[in-house]
Amino acid sequence: MPPALLLQLNQVQACYGHIHALKGVSLEVRAGEIVTLIGSNGAGKSTTLRCISGLLAPRSGEILWRGQAIHGLKPHEIVARGIGHSPEGRRIFPQLTVEENLDLGAYLERDRAIVAQRKGEVFELFPRLAERRKQDGGTLSGGEQQMLAIGRALMQNPALLLLDEPTLGLAPVLVEALFETLQALHRVGKTILLVEQNAWHALQIAQRAYVLQTGVITHSGSARDLANLDEIKRAYLGE
Amino acid sequence: MSEALLELLPSVLLEGLLLGCVYAMIALGYTMVYGVLGLINFAHSEVFMVGAVAGVEVYRYLGPHVENPYILALLALVIAAIISGGLAMGIERLAYRPLRKRGSTNRLVPLITAIGVSFFLQDLVRLIEGLWHGEFYMNFPADAQMEALHDLPMGMSIQNKSILVIAVAVIMMLALDHLVRRTRLGKAIRAVAQDLPTASLMGIDPDKIIGRTFLIGGALGGIAGVLFGLLYSQINPFVGFVPGIKAFTAAVLGGIGNIYGAMLGGLVLGTIETLGGTYLFFLTGGALGNEYKDILAFIILVLLLLFRPQGLLGKTQGEKV
Ligand SMILES: Nc1ncnc2c1ncn2[C@@H]1O[C@H](COP(=O)(O)OP(=O)(O)O)[C@@H](O)[C@H]1O
Ligand SMILES: [Mg+2]
Repeated sequence: MPPALLLQLNQVQACYGHIHALKGVSLEVRAGEIVTLIGSNGAGKSTTLRCISGLLAPRSGEILWRGQAIHGLKPHEIVARGIGHSPEGRRIFPQLTVEENLDLGAYLERDRAIVAQRKGEVFELFPRLAERRKQDGGTLSGGEQQMLAIGRALMQNPALLLLDEPTLGLAPVLVEALFETLQALHRVGKTILLVEQNAWHALQIAQRAYVLQTGVITHSGSARDLANLDEIKRAYLGE
Repeated sequence: MSEALLELLPSVLLEGLLLGCVYAMIALGYTMVYGVLGLINFAHSEVFMVGAVAGVEVYRYLGPHVENPYILALLALVIAAIISGGLAMGIERLAYRPLRKRGSTNRLVPLITAIGVSFFLQDLVRLIEGLWHGEFYMNFPADAQMEALHDLPMGMSIQNKSILVIAVAVIMMLALDHLVRRTRLGKAIRAVAQDLPTASLMGIDPDKIIGRTFLIGGALGGIAGVLFGLLYSQINPFVGFVPGIKAFTAAVLGGIGNIYGAMLGGLVLGTIETLGGTYLFFLTGGALGNEYKDILAFIILVLLLLFRPQGLLGKTQGEKV
């Protein structure tokens, strides 16, 4: 029996004014998987994540979480159901300290001991953040801000983590470290939907992948199979 | 003659501090709402007025039953805070939230709504007081114990009620500082102010936090209304207008969106205004009377904004609150 179906998108359409950004996207994520969504700039990857987390209401179609419709819920209600979204562009709170940013990640967790424990884990993962804990988020370097964004998402301890281009602007050594982190999370059973610029890397760690092109899913399948398709190699892997 | 003026200075500064405390408390409401919504809530001056009126009613109805003037003042403060806080929340719920949900990006619409709410509240209070008591000019009754003077160094003296005003303002500002910096609600308010969509991704319900912000700002405004009444006694449904404009000025002076700016701006404005009211006449050889004190305050605002558009403690552009 395959692992439980967590998230399911059926024919989701979304618009910004007159721009038809998603033209019927269907995809699914099962418990314990890393699924990656790749595609060129403007394909609609971020829009897909924004629909899932409720930042954007789909024009039509349905989004099911553990079999229940969540489209139409507000973002904070969707977070409460266990979907964490680390949005495009990091979006850390510039005038809150590193520690306050992390605390906000665990906003819904009322048990202080659990919050402290998770913070300890994040600091272990990114010792740099521990050094800067009293510093304002806006004063961090780009790479440090990216660590903070991911740390903040981990503080939520979500059942499903939506990551939008987490390696953007990271130095290569940090990119490696981040992918290792994601694999470690996978090993402890976390479920991740990963949107990545770095398609080659994403396909290495994901089990399954979807390719999005101007609002339409053009390919889907196991990450290994997709990585070997000639047209994928040409279009996204630069070969 | 100049010596006499110099001798007056400490007392004038004390007066300025008292007025500044009232401005600061009102300014906090403007600045907090601006912080989370980018909206100038002009109805806030009427939230302040309603607090003052609520205070008068407490004195009218509970005064005969409560012996201790401090307990009476405390009751007036608490009840005014509850009524004004609730009113501010109600205004947000009924007037601003529906506009926000319709997704209009035109900033003039909520601004004009705020002005409409202001007029509505002025006339509503006038109507209620008229029907209830047959007139809408009210007084905070004088109390001998509250007016009793204590001597201070440098020829100053201070009334008990003035000590009360300063103590309440200081306590409320310290409490607000604690709330905003240390509590879960405070972090949520700051997160919503800095980036509302991302705050919602943290599990924060922005509508709830916006409501709480109006509640807190409104409660502070209501408390300011009672402090104002204790200091200056006379209240009517239109009494909010001038202090409201001054407090808004104070918020801009300090850097709108910044709560410490509102506190500082209120104190600075209160002091300048009181100094102007006392000394302008003498310094201009009688050419300008103390009715020009308001002009002085606004000239200073204009000059400050020319050289420091973000206000005393405001962030420079690009670093939105
Ligand atoms: N806030 C917005 N307003 C208008 N158009 C937008 C907005 N965000 C994205 N778009 C448009 O929607 C399409 C999909 O964008 P996006 O989901 O950000 O793509 P991706 O993340 O794959 O690069 C693009 O054509 C983009 O220009
Ligand atoms: Mg994107």
